[in-house]
Amino acid sequence: MSDTAELESVDAFAARARSWLAGNMPRAADGLGGYNPVQRNDEAELAHIARCRELQRMLFDGGFAGICVPTAYGGLGLTAAHQSAFNREIRGYEYPADTQIPTFTPCMAVILEFGTEEQKRRHVPPILKGDAFWMQFLSEPSGGSDVAGAQTTAVKDGDEWVLNGSKIWTTGAWWADWGLCLVRTNWDVPKHRGLTVFMVEIHQPGIEIHRIEMLNGSREFCQEFLTDVRVPDSQRIGEEGQGWTVGTRWLYHERTISGGSPYVTSPAGRPAVALDPGGGSAALIPLARARGLLHDAHARELIGESHALGLVGNALTDHIAEEIRSGAASEQAAAITRLWFGVSAVRNSTISFELAGPTAVAWSQDEREIGRKGIRFLMRQTSCLAGGTTEMSRNAISERVLGMPRERTVDKDTPFRDIPRSRPAGSS
Amino acid sequence: MFPQSSDQALLAETTKKFLEAECPLPKIRELADSTAGFEPEFWRDGAELGWTSLVVPKEAGGGSVSEGGVRDLALVAYQFGLHAAPGPLSGTNVVAAALGRWGTEEQQIGPLGALLRGEAVSAWALAEPAPHGGFGQVGLRATETPHGFRLDGAKTPVDGGAEASHVLVVARHVSGLSQFLLSLPCPGLTIVPLEGLDLTRRFARLEFDGVQLAASSLVGAAGAAAPDVEWLTDLAVTVQLGEMCGAMQWAFDTTVQWAMNRYSFGRPLASYQEIKHRFADMKMWLEASFAITAQAAAAIDSGAPNRSELVSAGKFFIGRYGVELLQDCVQLHGGIGVTFDHDLHLFLRRVVCDAALVGTPSEHAARLTDILEEREAGR
Repeated sequence: MSDTAELESVDAFAARARSWLAGNMPRAADGLGGYNPVQRNDEAELAHIARCRELQRMLFDGGFAGICVPTAYGGLGLTAAHQSAFNREIRGYEYPADTQIPTFTPCMAVILEFGTEEQKRRHVPPILKGDAFWMQFLSEPSGGSDVAGAQTTAVKDGDEWVLNGSKIWTTGAWWADWGLCLVRTNWDVPKHRGLTVFMVEIHQPGIEIHRIEMLNGSREFCQEFLTDVRVPDSQRIGEEGQGWTVGTRWLYHERTISGGSPYVTSPAGRPAVALDPGGGSAALIPLARARGLLHDAHARELIGESHALGLVGNALTDHIAEEIRSGAASEQAAAITRLWFGVSAVRNSTISFELAGPTAVAWSQDEREIGRKGIRFLMRQTSCLAGGTTEMSRNAISERVLGMPRERTVDKDTPFRDIPRSRPAGSS
Repeated sequence: MFPQSSDQALLAETTKKFLEAECPLPKIRELADSTAGFEPEFWRDGAELGWTSLVVPKEAGGGSVSEGGVRDLALVAYQFGLHAAPGPLSGTNVVAAALGRWGTEEQQIGPLGALLRGEAVSAWALAEPAPHGGFGQVGLRATETPHGFRLDGAKTPVDGGAEASHVLVVARHVSGLSQFLLSLPCPGLTIVPLEGLDLTRRFARLEFDGVQLAASSLVGAAGAAAPDVEWLTDLAVTVQLGEMCGAMQWAFDTTVQWAMNRYSFGRPLASYQEIKHRFADMKMWLEASFAITAQAAAAIDSGAPNRSELVSAGKFFIGRYGVELLQDCVQLHGGIGVTFDHDLHLFLRRVVCDAALVGTPSEHAARLTDILEEREAGR
């Protein structure tokens, strides 16, 4: 870059961020400011999201939103190193934790990469100001990992497209503003060649949102039913039929959720709570004490193991991000970090459950905190499912990083309409 | 293994070339039958490449190629692992680091000078037999005498204990931990060679029966060596981390090649999804091992307060998953993986030994809980 010399140094930026944060941002209630999702009722959830909007606006007004976003779209035009420095400084402060993902990555990242000049000028600034939260309209009821097998269809009608079909596993679609939507625009070509991506306003006639109740009572995930939804052609991202070119980058940006995205504000070196809502390894000490196990050798080993996984995970995230930045590894290596956060969160959940013992399956009123470990354990596999399954990341690592032979595909050269597809759920 | 300066890359490259030339794997097999497991000239030449001076302060005659001597040493250890190389890398560096920091002028001129030149090798005696067999437990007694100290107790297993010219012994003095430098042989000290897993490493049990030492053999203050012992422990473990990373890399690369070239049912092994997924897990373990080793080494170099935390996280993780990686490589090789003819076991032996010594993975996990608990109490 020719203007690199004019950029503010990372140290100067970090010092400026430090003093701004101290003067302007509230301290986090838990002292850590890590992502620590809790279950809320709808009213509380809406209040929380409103608070996230406020916090995002504070970052924007302070000049610290969109650190790696070009200035033309309201960002700072700085580097990933500046974002990392900011992530170190923001530790301990309140920040819009629950609205970073998927708005900033993969959605904004995709818009920045494939959007037209006009689309970027229109859609990126509202994101940075906290005025627009985005969701991914990606998975479909007919298949999760095979996202290129999308069956939701868009048909051109003059300057508009008419969308019909269904999307699923959209977090918070009931309160979000926009969806990035992968649809099929041509059934007569092989599956990867008939896709197109659109930006769709979520709250409009023709989109019905159904909230899915998870086994832990959460109703954050949604399914959307699209019936004759009209989308102007100006909201198309990338060329018609080039949806998979966009899609592969989309999935790449999705994998950076586990760490390494230059667009995500998230406290660095946080305890491994990102996918383990148990509060990290430090919370295991009071848990073991409450169960009278603090002096039990096995319990102490489990607590140490959990702590080790957190520290190793942080080191791995930095290491892989650096390898990708320096070009020592391809972007496909992000799948390594994704796999790590899946399997280490599973292990942490198991450790919490084991320490919680019988109290995790039957608890009294004053033991409810421990009882939650049981519910979380029932949801254990979420970390290996959400954001692309760990099976998919293992495929990516072995095939794209290690260069092992690709899985055989039967749908590569056949028109999409002729390949076998899942039957609709409930049919026999 | 981790980003390196050009000087570090040069150190790693010269070490690699030297080890490739001087101890190819057939040579390692020959050395299995030798007494010491390595040749004195090999070690002297290695000292000239810098193997013995990296963690010794400049003032004491040492010097590293970067700001970070421990990182430099971890890179050398990685090459040792990658070549299953012989030699007292850990014992010599740990004792040299101790003498360079806390040794008397006399200890620095004599023993340390010889260690730096590769003319002498040394061992660090920390671990003990039951009832003091747990990681970090010290029962060997140091009592004051009119002329200095006497030592009573036992140390085992001591890596390189029979070949060393000097042994640094961790002992319990009435006022706390103390370290003493002994020249071997030494009256009252019985050295019993042990059998062991690694083909080129020799271990011994040292029995101290009223060993008389002059006061000048003390390294650091009497009774106040606990922080020194912690620091040396972290250094010794970091050498293991580097070495295990290198051995893991050899096994992983070799097994990837094997899976790509080996055909079964008309397809390469590497085309089966079950096998590809296991390689994906191994790749993740390998990269995670590199990452935590780099951070642990850097934390010792910078004197970071979380030094022991990162070191123990590394030892827990690599001690457990490094061994798993090696065993999985054996599994993917099939029966040939457990033969003496195949080289895989040379690396398996190295990783298994490193995993079990200077604290097992479980003991390091427990150490992490101690740290968390102290932190909680300090709040």
